[in-house]
Amino acid sequence: MNRYPLWKYAILLVALLIGTLYTLPNLFGEAPAVQVSSAKVTVKVDTALQGRIEAALKDAGVQPDYVQFDGTSIKARFGDTDTQLKAKDAISKVLNPDPAEPVYIVALNLLSRSPQWLTALHANPMYLGLDLRGGVHFLMQVDMKAALTKRAEALTGDVRLQLREKNIRHAGISRDGNTVLIAFRDAEQRKAAENLLKTQIPEVIWASRGEASDLQLIGSLSPQSQVAVQDAALKQNITTLHNRVNELGVAEPVIQQQGLDRVVVQLPGVQDTAKAKDIIGRTATLELRMVDDGAEAIEALKGNGPVPFGTERFIDRGFGPIIVKRQVILTGDSLIDAQPGFDENHNPAVILTVDAKGARIMKEVSRENINKRMAILLFEKGKGEVVTAPKINSELSNRFNISGSMTTQEAADTALLLRAGSLAAPMEIIEERTIGPSLGKENIEKGIASVTWGFAAVAAFMCVYYLLFGVFSSLALGFNLLLLIAALSMMQATLSLPGIAAIALVLGMAIDSNVLINERVREELRGGESPQQAIRLGYERAWATILDSNVTTLIAGVSLLVFGSGPIKGFAVVHCLGILTSMFSSVVFSRGLVNLWYGRQKKLKSVSIGQIWKPDADKPAAGTTEATDVAAKA
Amino acid sequence: MELFRIKRDLPLMKHALVFNAISFITFAAAVFFLITRPLHFSIEFTGGTVIEVAYPQAAEIEKTRLVIEKMGYGEVQVQNFGSSRDVMIRLPVRPGEKQTEVVDKVFGELCKAEAATVTHHNQVTPQGEQVDKQICAKADGAEPIKLSRSEVVGPAVGAELAHDAAAALVVTVIGIMIYLAIRFEWKFAVAGIIANLHDVVIILGFFAFFQWEFSLAVLAAILAVLGYSVNESVVIFDRVREAFRKFRKMNTHEVIDHAITSTMSRTIITHGCTQLMVVSMLLFGGPTLHYFAVALTIGILFGIYSSVFVAAAIAMWLGVKREDLVKAAVTRDDPNDPNSGAVV
Repeated sequence: MNRYPLWKYAILLVALLIGTLYTLPNLFGEAPAVQVSSAKVTVKVDTALQGRIEAALKDAGVQPDYVQFDGTSIKARFGDTDTQLKAKDAISKVLNPDPAEPVYIVALNLLSRSPQWLTALHANPMYLGLDLRGGVHFLMQVDMKAALTKRAEALTGDVRLQLREKNIRHAGISRDGNTVLIAFRDAEQRKAAENLLKTQIPEVIWASRGEASDLQLIGSLSPQSQVAVQDAALKQNITTLHNRVNELGVAEPVIQQQGLDRVVVQLPGVQDTAKAKDIIGRTATLELRMVDDGAEAIEALKGNGPVPFGTERFIDRGFGPIIVKRQVILTGDSLIDAQPGFDENHNPAVILTVDAKGARIMKEVSRENINKRMAILLFEKGKGEVVTAPKINSELSNRFNISGSMTTQEAADTALLLRAGSLAAPMEIIEERTIGPSLGKENIEKGIASVTWGFAAVAAFMCVYYLLFGVFSSLALGFNLLLLIAALSMMQATLSLPGIAAIALVLGMAIDSNVLINERVREELRGGESPQQAIRLGYERAWATILDSNVTTLIAGVSLLVFGSGPIKGFAVVHCLGILTSMFSSVVFSRGLVNLWYGRQKKLKSVSIGQIWKPDADKPAAGTTEATDVAAKA
Repeated sequence: MELFRIKRDLPLMKHALVFNAISFITFAAAVFFLITRPLHFSIEFTGGTVIEVAYPQAAEIEKTRLVIEKMGYGEVQVQNFGSSRDVMIRLPVRPGEKQTEVVDKVFGELCKAEAATVTHHNQVTPQGEQVDKQICAKADGAEPIKLSRSEVVGPAVGAELAHDAAAALVVTVIGIMIYLAIRFEWKFAVAGIIANLHDVVIILGFFAFFQWEFSLAVLAAILAVLGYSVNESVVIFDRVREAFRKFRKMNTHEVIDHAITSTMSRTIITHGCTQLMVVSMLLFGGPTLHYFAVALTIGILFGIYSSVFVAAAIAMWLGVKREDLVKAAVTRDDPNDPNSGAVV
């Protein structure tokens, strides 16, 4: 009567197999490896590169375990660190002929030592969190207000351009917070402007205000476009961060959006926070503006008067003060690339590429301002500085260069500054964590020790108290651990110390289901049921209670998952997953074992579940109790 | 082996008043301590800086404290963490100070106090991983002090976390109440949640009294143990319902006594097993998991007490009747219901 149909055993067997398969990679440990990824957005890593790497290794006489392409990077695994270092040098030499301007990042890394057939099945080990492997963690807040202000500023420029193109006369354009104000003298012009702007700049809501000769058109960003601006700003910042982090040559950096306006940066293996912060914390934004070289400005520079209206005074690197107009021609958003190179006269130059909108504006502005100077400003922490202020020699298009008295090194530096400066909105580090590698290793050892000893203690107790049923329960608990780790590995979840604590806790809680079942079976036996019937009833009656108790635990787990962040989320994921796997393993799997063992015996006299003590049987003498005990064990 | 050989139902409900009085006194004490000695929140909640450094020999806390106090960060805590060689330094948030530079400054000063300088160091570990770090080295290459961990949290993040933590607690409580109300009856829902919230307050009371650090991990432990303790009440309530059906002659008192007595052995064994795991964490988990395990231990111990002695008593006082449960159960026809066979 206690038999599973064949398909149920089949399911259990498949679960066991998959569980083992996906848990296995976690047991092999790690081997030294070299990881190659792209250092530039324009350079793609592909199978052709894999061929080049294999050839380079062959030339250097280095034998890798394997070279593998995983979509974004190529990883080569080696037997020991010596070959790893040799391989890294060989690969770098071939892929990055110019070390100053690397095309690929060649970094040392650790890879699972698991055999390749497991990797081919996508059975990879869990990622270790920073608290287990050491590294730095930054949480960065993107200043969304600044992003919106910047967008409004750019809009002001757009509006001016549009109105000028269509010859609509206005009495001044200004920005007030995130809104654009256009003044008009007569209603006709305003009407024309409104019609034009509504079609040309649809993401802005335009409203008329004022009367008589004091007429205004007010444009504010629609809520949808505000969201779009913020979203775009965040995306661009993440891309910029990627580029900056690439300079650090970290093998597996994590750069992710968190919430609406935050970015998480995790750099495993990096312990030098100062350098990391220096590189990622370069909260610089770029602006192109015209230089005011008028008489009034020159007087102001000499200190003989105030700066002219609508201009600002900045410091040019190496050239002293300079007066720059407030109006922004282009921002860093429009700058696609900045590379060092040479101009037509073979002088070192910085070659800039801007997007289509930028190109249109550049063309316009440069045509009207030939022989005037244009300043490229870099804003860091709210303070602006002129990187360079070249003279416009001709009409510019989407690709133009800055040349003049500079060395190749200066050209490279300027290019890097311009490139790195293209943050859409400033960012600030609001949380920072560093964990030393030895502490990480200690954390892993402590976590594993807690799980192991706890598991052993629980299993030992169960086996002593419930005898054979205890053994089944312990096996089910082991199966639960297997499934949990397999599931986490399949999800490629990041394991942290709270995650390991959650594994320990969930195992301690999961045994609850088996205690419930075993107690219930005992109770049924006590009530005089036949052993087979007692097993059946015990499992059936315990099920509702098990479900109930797991639901309440799950409610707590899910709310942690929803409201928790960072390490607590890791805890919650393991906790919730563990509850789900425990329901399967403690009920279905342990029943499977019981059925296999006892199910076939038609005339089952007793089951080994420990002593069944009956209140009435206790009265005569202690000997009788022992007799029942023996009978139960038989 | 059978640990619990209870001959007849324990007359627990007769003493319900005593148990509830004990509970109430503990609860009141916990609340008193929470008010008089506010929780010692970790920097995850308050914002601030934590720096952990390791010395090769037993650390001289006083010397370290002196170095840092000279830097003028206000209320600084310097204490051993884990072993005598490890020192944990906590610095508060100070307006006007760039928080992210604090770690480097403090480490620099501590390094200088050891007559060494901070240098950049790039190395490859024996495992083959590239490690780029700042080390404090003397001329002969010895490292008199090592930075093992640092954490900087801005005040805004802290406030947000505290808010999220409260939200998580409220959602858990409401979720569990709704579930209990659907599954049983509102009186049980109220009783169950009061009993278990009283556990939460008592855990908090312990943390307030001993001024243990209340971190995110402790919060996770409290929520996990809340969900877990409610199980206990669920199991007992399940039995109450079953007994109401089976033993028509028993009054509410006796039914509850019977339910508690018959689940006693299971309650203690399960909690004992979970506690075994937690003890293992206490022993082997190291300082990072220490308070997590402590919170779980208190939660588990008081969880047994409150679900056995308090929850059912409250339900009784709220006036649970046979009709409340049995009537509701007849309309349900869940084939998995262990009690469906017992319906007369």
